[in-house]
Amino acid sequence: MKDIAEIRADFPILNRKVYDKPLVYFDNGATTQKPQCVLDAVDEVYKSYNGNIHRGVHYLSDMSSEAYEKAREKVRSFINAEKREEIVFTSGTTGSINGIAFSFGERYIKPGDEIILSRLEHHANIVPWQMMCERKGAVLRVIPINNKGEIILEEYYKLLSTKTRLVSVTQASNALGTVLPVSEIIDAAHSANVPVLIDGAQGIQHGIVDVKEMDSDFYVFSGHKIYGPNGIGILYGKEKWLSELPPFQGGGDMVDKVTFEKTTYNDLPFKFEAGTMNYPAAIGLASALDYVLNIGRENIGSREKELLSYATNRLSAINGVKIYGTSDRKISTISFQIKNIHQYDTGMILDKMGIAVRTGTHCAQPVMDSYGIDGTVRASLCFYNTKEEIDTLADGIEKVKSMFA
Amino acid sequence: MTIKEVQDNIIEEFSLFDDWMDKYNLLIDLGKELPVIDPKYKIKDFLIEGCQSKVWLHPEYDGKLITFTADSDAIITRGIVALLIKVLSNRSPGEIISTDLYFIDKIGLRQNLSPTRSNGLLSMVRQMKLYAMAYNAKNKYGN
Ligand SMILES: Cc1ncc(COP(=O)(O)O)c(C=O)c1O
Repeated sequence: MKDIAEIRADFPILNRKVYDKPLVYFDNGATTQKPQCVLDAVDEVYKSYNGNIHRGVHYLSDMSSEAYEKAREKVRSFINAEKREEIVFTSGTTGSINGIAFSFGERYIKPGDEIILSRLEHHANIVPWQMMCERKGAVLRVIPINNKGEIILEEYYKLLSTKTRLVSVTQASNALGTVLPVSEIIDAAHSANVPVLIDGAQGIQHGIVDVKEMDSDFYVFSGHKIYGPNGIGILYGKEKWLSELPPFQGGGDMVDKVTFEKTTYNDLPFKFEAGTMNYPAAIGLASALDYVLNIGRENIGSREKELLSYATNRLSAINGVKIYGTSDRKISTISFQIKNIHQYDTGMILDKMGIAVRTGTHCAQPVMDSYGIDGTVRASLCFYNTKEEIDTLADGIEKVKSMFA
Repeated sequence: MTIKEVQDNIIEEFSLFDDWMDKYNLLIDLGKELPVIDPKYKIKDFLIEGCQSKVWLHPEYDGKLITFTADSDAIITRGIVALLIKVLSNRSPGEIISTDLYFIDKIGLRQNLSPTRSNGLLSMVRQMKLYAMAYNAKNKYGN
């Protein structure tokens, strides 16, 4: 594996200062920084072969289309999907979930049907289902969590019933870091003939994801959280589902024949890709996935594990710091509060020390409600972070404590 | 003091500090000095909900001047609330409506009042002006 100095040199932004202090970037859960190769890949599209995909007969259009389809193949192999037809480009996790919630609702949902989510979901995996339920008269059921921030599997098994039409859960909690037992969740759903969507927004960047082995029916994630560009996301769906589902958007490129009486749809995956897609970002994403493969996903996983354990020890040793989310299985995300100090105050002072953390409810209000708090400070680390940066955070927390004492 | 004089005083007070930490320490102290809002007004009706921090704001109008009391759950927010109160409390509705709050920018705290920050402060300023407009209209047109 590259050493840490080499890795950090790949990410130009990590070198910068904020308020004259070296940047400590601990907001990777919100978005990750981009390595130079990703910036170059996107730049290259616009500099040398930009042309709208699947449309022109000309050279540039061909080159762009080819690079776009190569990016699709890269994503396919990265998550080990069976076929390229199962990989749909979207605008992000939010776009993917909204799309599936709409199409699935149109195709399969009747009044009284139930969708199961967990208490740990990001709003992106709550609101689209709520909107669909409202339209279709269906009902959301929610898997509760325990005090460590883990879902309670026995309660999930009880929620599964003949009314359940779909289970949609996150692979890992963005607010607490908890990794969910997705294989148990999927196995139980499948024995009840219920398909499962996994929100991989906080999972894909932290280890190996194999959708075949996982056997999820849908898997979605965002490019920008795995070192790729913004504005691109993935919707993986098993072919049997994608071919049965209606499109969620209409427009150009997704159609086969259009008359004013009736339109027939294009083949997979194009049926779900209406309009001009963000192909430069898709191409940039492919470069990000290559970068991750180069570093090695096992290496990333073990490095982040080490950082998590160092940070957990360091922070929990500070008097007055309380960590929310204490499962044994976590991604490298730590949510905490300092006793009697508002998270906004903590975040403001850490910011002035060059430390970027997120404060508030992290778009996961139900999680905060279950602890009876109105927010936390969240440090979300990734493999390019260092122990020295964690020390800086710990010093920052001491400083915050002294200022607000 | 006029609103302009109060603002200029604040700018002068902050200009003594170059360091961010010192400015924040001053804000924290200002927050502590804030005249407390009567707990009976710390209710939903007077709550300005931000995503990051909460602000409570209560107006009282004696027919001439509006007196504001306020509070926040975050101390830095509270410090800025205290500044806004210094500038805009005990003023006539007309003065409040026409005030240009330039001091925020000058003391380098503008990011705290950015719409994306969502800490309740921008809404607080808007709410103060709305109260002033409401009292103004009441004066003009009666109830
Ligand atoms: C678990 C989870 N799901 C969904 C999302 C939404 O992702 P995006 O905003 O990229 O669509 C996020 C982003 O924070 C997330 O953490």
